[in-house]
Amino acid sequence: MTEQRKAVALISGGLDSLLAAKVIQEQGIHVEGINFYTGFCVEGHTHAIRKKDQKKSKRNNALWVAEQLGIKLHIVDIVEEYKDIVFNPKHGYGANLNPCLDCKIFMVSKALDWIRKKGFDFIITGEVIGQRPMSQRKETMPVVSGESGAEDLLLRPLCAKNLPQTLPEREGWVARGGLYDFSGRSRKPQMALAAKFGFEDYAQPAGGCCFLTDAQYSVKLADLWRARGSKQYEMDDIMLLKVGRHLRPAPHYKVIIAREEGEGNFLQGYRKQFVSIKTISHAGPLALIDGEPGAADIELAARLVARYSQGRDADLVELEVMDREGTSRTLKVEPIKPHEIPQEWHI
Amino acid sequence: MSRVTLDARRLLCPMPVIRVQDKIATLAPGTVLEAICTDPGVMSDIPAWCRINGHKVIETRSDRAEYIVVIEVGEGE
Repeated sequence: MTEQRKAVALISGGLDSLLAAKVIQEQGIHVEGINFYTGFCVEGHTHAIRKKDQKKSKRNNALWVAEQLGIKLHIVDIVEEYKDIVFNPKHGYGANLNPCLDCKIFMVSKALDWIRKKGFDFIITGEVIGQRPMSQRKETMPVVSGESGAEDLLLRPLCAKNLPQTLPEREGWVARGGLYDFSGRSRKPQMALAAKFGFEDYAQPAGGCCFLTDAQYSVKLADLWRARGSKQYEMDDIMLLKVGRHLRPAPHYKVIIAREEGEGNFLQGYRKQFVSIKTISHAGPLALIDGEPGAADIELAARLVARYSQGRDADLVELEVMDREGTSRTLKVEPIKPHEIPQEWHI
Repeated sequence: MSRVTLDARRLLCPMPVIRVQDKIATLAPGTVLEAICTDPGVMSDIPAWCRINGHKVIETRSDRAEYIVVIEVGEGE
């Protein structure tokens, strides 16, 4: 009896990885999924934080894909290890702070470690030549397989016919005739294949599912690095960059102001780590001060918070300022006028 | 039947799922794991993870701002 071969598929939750895994399943290979959590994934977080979004039904697309395929999904936390990829991408950043090529190499190398540990035979990705301008080009395909160490254990079922044969093809575990030759940015071939397999409700991420591809998020991360004098972040930092209005009146501090109730509830959990400000006399947002503000800075921050409260047109707004130890005091300030907020304060 | 509690409060998905996954990897089949979370997304994500990985969700409930998922560990691997 022929031994059933086993492959692990990198599952992002998008259509390409769904199809790639399905194509290989159809060839009788046992497939399991692996999903890497970097901390920068878009889906879910803003949903979980913002009150208005919480009522919408929400799903984790990687889990959904695994269910559609009937495969196990292993979710791996790579937040700490991934920092080095974000700080020092050998192949540089894309349009924003997205180190896409280094990211792909890193994930494939992690998948290689995983298959060696688990006794699997090869790795599948949903890469398509020409699909993404930085990481999925004809020239980068051998870079990913080579630098990850996976070499010919890495099979891209959707564009395999445009690439040299891999070990699973040469060994006859997978028939090359059952693989595809997709290329370019068009999604039509993938949509046609999805229809053939009967997949209808798949995710349609625009530009990937990573916050680092987002221009506004990247600006905030670059500002954080500049303010700290070095490239560093903790998980709390990258979470807070997703939440609220960020204003930096001076290099040594910035103010994070909740935009709605859900964000306020989320920021509430950080009151022991930051100086916080909350309006008392009027309904208004909770704000955190990130940095080391002096007394005048706190007063200016309070004026900003007052500006975004219901008391924006009042002569004075009363606020509570709480330090990291939980000691609070009240402050009465005049809300700052819109024209007094320089555009460059907005991050 | 032993019962284990996992505190996954203040974590956003998929971290609670990862914590559940890693905890279950250390537990014997039949053990009951109660995951206490604050991200409402766990109400769909943890059951989905359990379905595809062979574990049984016995109960889901929300208590004020907490979301609790009770799981019976399956045979797994």
